[in-house]
Order: sequence, then C-alpha cells, then structure tokens
Amino acid sequence: MECAVDAQTLISISLRKIHSSRTQRGGIRLHKNLLVSYVLRNARQLYMSEKYAEIYRMQQYEEVMTVCNEIQELDPLDVSEECAEQGEECAEHAATLCGALLPVQLHAAPACAVAAAAVSSPHGEDACKEPEMSFCRNCCSEPCDFSSSSCSRTTVLDLDTHVVTTVENGCLHQDCCQGAHGHGHVQTKKRKVDFCYYAPEPEEGPDLTPCKRARSSDELPCPGSEQLDTSNISSLISMFGSGFTELVSRQADLEQSVNGHMNGQLCSKQVLASLGAWTRAIVAMHQRISASAHLGVFEKQEQQHCVLPAADRLQGHIHSSVTPVVDSVPLCNLSMW
Amino acid sequence: MKCFSRYLPYLFRPPSTILSSSCHTEADIISTVEFNATGELLATGDKGGRVVVFQREQESKNQPHRRGEYNVYSTFQSHEPEFDYLKSLEIEEKINKIRWLPQQNAAYFLLSTNDKTVKLWKISERDKRPEGYNLKDEDGRIRDPATITTLRVPVLRPMDLMVEATARRIFSNGHTYHINSISVNSDYETYMSTDDLRINLWNLEITNRSFNIVDIKPANMEDLTEVITAAEFHPSHCNTFVYSSSKGSIRLCDMRASALCDNHSKFFEEPEDPNNRSFFSEIISSISDVKFSHNGRYLMTRDYLTVKVWDLNMENKPLETYQVHDYLRSKLCSLYENDCIFDKFECVWNGSDSVIMTGSYNNFFRMFDRNTKRDVTLEASRENSKPRAILKPRKVCVGGKRRKDEISVDSLDFSKKILHTAWHPSENIIAVAATNNLYIFQDKVN
Repeated sequence: MECAVDAQTLISISLRKIHSSRTQRGGIRLHKNLLVSYVLRNARQLYMSEKYAEIYRMQQYEEVMTVCNEIQELDPLDVSEECAEQGEECAEHAATLCGALLPVQLHAAPACAVAAAAVSSPHGEDACKEPEMSFCRNCCSEPCDFSSSSCSRTTVLDLDTHVVTTVENGCLHQDCCQGAHGHGHVQTKKRKVDFCYYAPEPEEGPDLTPCKRARSSDELPCPGSEQLDTSNISSLISMFGSGFTELVSRQADLEQSVNGHMNGQLCSKQVLASLGAWTRAIVAMHQRISASAHLGVFEKQEQQHCVLPAADRLQGHIHSSVTPVVDSVPLCNLSMW
Repeated sequence: MKCFSRYLPYLFRPPSTILSSSCHTEADIISTVEFNATGELLATGDKGGRVVVFQREQESKNQPHRRGEYNVYSTFQSHEPEFDYLKSLEIEEKINKIRWLPQQNAAYFLLSTNDKTVKLWKISERDKRPEGYNLKDEDGRIRDPATITTLRVPVLRPMDLMVEATARRIFSNGHTYHINSISVNSDYETYMSTDDLRINLWNLEITNRSFNIVDIKPANMEDLTEVITAAEFHPSHCNTFVYSSSKGSIRLCDMRASALCDNHSKFFEEPEDPNNRSFFSEIISSISDVKFSHNGRYLMTRDYLTVKVWDLNMENKPLETYQVHDYLRSKLCSLYENDCIFDKFECVWNGSDSVIMTGSYNNFFRMFDRNTKRDVTLEASRENSKPRAILKPRKVCVGGKRRKDEISVDSLDFSKKILHTAWHPSENIIAVAATNNLYIFQDKVN
C-alpha cells in the first residue's frame, strides 16, 4: 500500500469528488465517476472488513462475558461436576475463546482485523478440537497492539501449560509460546491483554480442576471488562459517528447551498443512530454512482429513492446486526442524485 | 537512438494570449494534435473550440538548412459552447479529437469533435479572385441594369492567398454520452465515433443517420462496470476495429460478423498482478488510448503507468510492456486527490513502428525503441530549447542520492503534463503539446 491513508479519508475524498462533478462544466463524466466509485468500493470494503472483525470480536467477547457471568453464579462444586463430565472442553472452549478474542480496541489496524478474523472465525468448537492448543498460543497469535485497558491485578493459571500468569493493569506477564507445559516464569513477551479467564483457586495445589476459577480474580476483571467493553463500543460509535457527522454536515451544507431543502441535521442523527446506516449509505452511494447521476441528467429518472441491493450481494458476510433489514430510510445525502 | 533537436525555433502560442507563459487562459490549452496523412499539415484543437492548422514550408534550395518549418496555415472556430435545454447540460466546446481525411483534391478535410457533435471541415485555399462582373461593380454594389451596355466574362485574377474553412457536414444528435474518439475508416467512406457506452458508424456524406455498432450499456445502469475509452479502425482492413475499456481490456470486432458488434472477435487482456493490488487498481488499469501500428499487426495501449504493445494474434498478454513513470506507483494516493490520476495520456507510433512515444508529467515525454529496447526521457520546455540545440535526455531520480541533472520525484510539476503528442507519418518530426504551447521537434540531420 502506497501511503498511510485510511479508508475513511478515501471515502470522504471520493464523495467530495462525486459531488463536485455535478457542478463541472460539460456535465457529469461517466468514466471518471465510475472510477471514483471503484475507489469508494475498495475503501468501503476495507472499512467494512475492519468493522466486521471489530463487531464480531465484540460479540464473541460479549458471549463469553455472558458465559463467564453465568458460571460465576454457579456453585464451584457444580462447576467442577459439570466440567468433569465435559472434560476439559468446557474450560478449553471458553479459554480459547477468551484467548482468541482481542479486547475491544479503538483503532483496529487492517492486518489486525484480518488476523483477528482469521483466528476467531474458526469458532470455539474448532479451537476445542485441538486439545493441544493452549491459551497462550492463541494469545500470541494475535499480532496486534492493544490499547491499554484498566484492569486490576489478577493471577491466573493456564490450564494447559500450568503457567501462572499475572495480569497487572492490563499488562500480561507470562511466558508465552513455550509449548504445552509450563517452563517456569520466564518473561518472554509482554502483551497488554484484557481477558476473562478461568483460573483455579490459587491456594489449591498443583492438582487443579480445570473449571475452577479464582473467585477473587474473576470478580474484578469481568465487570471491569464489561464496563470497558461498553465504553469502547460507545467510543467507537462516537468516533465513527463524528467522522460521519462531519462528512454528512459538509455534504448537507453543500446540498443546502445547492438544493436548499435538505435537513442535514436530521440525517446525521438518523445515521448516527446506527452504524449500519452508514454502511447502507455507502452501499447505496456506490450503486447510485454506478448508475451515475446521468440517470437524472441523461435519462428520465426512474427511481426516486436509493435502491439497495441485498447487502449480501455485495458483502456476503456482513453481520446481521450491523445492517438492519429496513432499507427504505431515505438517506438524505443521496438526494443529490 | 536518434537525437532530437529543437531545430525549429517554434513555439506556438495563440495570438489571443497576452499573459506571460507561466499563466494562460484555460481556453488555450491544447487538447489534441494530429498530423495529416502526408505530414504536410498539422492540426491542433484546444479547449476553446478552436482549430489551428499548420503547414510545412516547402523546402527551398536557397535555404537548405531550414528544412520545412511549420507555419500557421488556418485558424477557425470549430465548436461553440452549447446548452442542452432538455437535460440542463452545458456542452463543452473543447475539441476532443481531430482526424484528417485522405486528400482527394486540392482541399483538405478534417473531422473534429467535441463531447457531442462531429463536424467535417473543408479547408481550401483561394488565391484567385474573379473580376469583371456584369451586374455588380468592383465594390459589390449592384449596377443599374439600364447602364449595362456590354457583357463581359469575368476573369480570375491572382490575389493574396486566403485559406478558408467551411463546415461541410455536422453530425449531431448521435451520442448521449461524451464522445471520446473518432476514427476514419480505410474505405474513406465511413468513420466511427465513440462515446462511453456506444460506438456509431457514420457515412461521411450522411448526417441524419448513423448506425450503432457497439452498445455496452447494461439494462440496469446499476450494473455498469466498464465504459469504452477509445476506439480505432484497422489501418487497412475496413471491417476491423478495436475498442478499449476502462477495465484494461481491448476488444477487436469484425463488422462482417454481425451488424451489432457486441460480441468481440478477439479479447485482449492481461491478468492483474495481485501484488500490485491497491485502492486505485481499477483507475490505473483503465486504458486511455489505443492505436494500431501502421502495418496493422500490432496494437498499442496506454494506461496510467505503462504502455503496452500487443500482437493481434496473442490475446492473453502483451508483447511488450514499457514503464512510463513507475515511480508514481507510490504516489497514487496524492495523485488521486489532485485528480492527476484521471489524466488521459495518448501514445503514438513512429512511421516505421519501431519507436513509440508517450507523455508524462513535468513536461516530460518518453520514447521507447522497440528494437534496441532503449528509452529516453525528454523535456519540452522553453528554457531547454534553443534553435538547433539537441534535447538533453532527462532522468527522474527515484530514491537515494540524486545526481546532478536528475530530478527527484517530489519536485515534479504535475500541472505540466504532456497528454497529446503526434509523430510525422514518415519522417522523424514530432509535435508535443505542453499545456498551451506546441513544440515541434525534428531529427537532427547533418
């Protein structure tokens, strides 16, 4: 990749170009707008893949949090009985899920998103099929830097490697990637990880039942992680939302100066309400561009509202929670067409 | 590799320009350059809708060192700005293409086109004037018939040479989208005009009817994925033509196969290199110009970063690929922002199809010798061009240490671009349009 430009910048530049092409002398150039729409599509694909990975991770994390909470309420003895039945799979499952998950992060690099998707998309079941897979191996497979999250000190034990790890303020001190069995407490890697983990009572001996956990350690990180999760999600929304607000308001300003009848404020609020709406905006924008404004200029305009193809056609793996079913919302920023 | 010298101290600037060379009016920007079939005439079109035709001086024995300079022969306003009231569209008067017709009598004919209308112009000389009319006197006033007592036959007397251009045919209302190219058929009876989605075949004599021979408009415009970017007739086979697309493919069509040539006979495309995939892959693979070689065996295409020569018999990959300015590959993002990535460079063959030429930025243009595989970068600028001075090859320094006389990529002037060039059909004379200036270079001959 040539320069460090993010997808969002490219999208805004492209939209600006398309808008300014309306006022160009000689009418709208079909060729140029088609090329701009390709850039828009590429940028959108990148942005969507990042966002999808993000949301998938968040959802997985929430699921595990829910499981964490449920097990938290259970009596430890019950837990051990259940787990004894299921063997190591229970903890393994949750552990690998935990490990496979990245904590919510504010800025996901593209490589990170790809790696995360690659790791977390084989679901927990697949991970459980590999009995040798250790938590720390999963953890270390993530190449990304995580933004620090506030977390108190916890002591956890890797069920596979029997490695005791200490999590301090979101920093993980442990010997990672050392194979199946513990090799002492040599610190080979320092990673900032926020996770919820099953751990036995520290005062128990080496014979640790897999599903027991340190109650003391669990109570702190899990709620903290939940709060962290929520705060990260809201900051995500505000970050993307603000970026888009600016874009929409600029578009709206331009439109108001040109058309003088659209309420950009209303639109931006509408869009901020759901990130999925932005997805649809971009999708619809792309579709309109490929139709090209000449629909209204060269030929009689047959459709007055943006027509959205099934999102699946364009991006088959968009999570259902991201793109709502309703698609008849008149996206104001497309009224320029 | 021949050395090109600026033998002719020629810099063309339209007389209406009163500004210095650093600034110019938008209307003076040259938008097309074309030699006629003999090379005697050179036509340029500009953004203001004007056509200026240069004629080469006859070589004289008195001044043997002044080999055929090009002087202004005729200037006329070809297209005017129009307004389409139905679609609320302003139609630019910019001349997109000029194509000469082969000469059949004393007059010269050329086709010029803007976005919507093609016009056939006749350029003729008048050096004699009839004198001795009966019904009107020398001033043109009508004489009183009562005063006429004798009759005489008007005689032609020599006068100062006057070159006049008249529009003989106007081919209008043939295109919904913007015309990007015209090409005269080797049968000298028909020509085709190409817009983004359709190609029309016209008879040079008939203006109220055209035949649509290619139509790639999808039923649903939302399914549009590519547009036609250029088209050309084969130089000798009057049934064959090619058209290039924005996706980097070229289709060769045979008009004998069917009336509507939507199905191609040959499809030329090189698979994309996945390592070079970027946001802008689609833009830089869009073909901006396609030209048949003079012998009709090869095709040349220009996309944003390369020139490719194709053999008509090999469809899966080009015969040769030349990097024009690969150092721009890392700058695509900023070139996208300033719209330079959409520049449509043209490419030309020399008369013997051994050398190809195309333009670049910073008023550079490049020549590639297909036989020796050598290439040269030259600059069209006033500072470097003195009469009879040899053009010095230029070099762009990509990275690391910059040698003397080299230019670094960051100091290239992207507002100075050479999009249009032309090569004399038989001699080594080239015409290079640099914004509003036309440079004519000639091969140095002892």
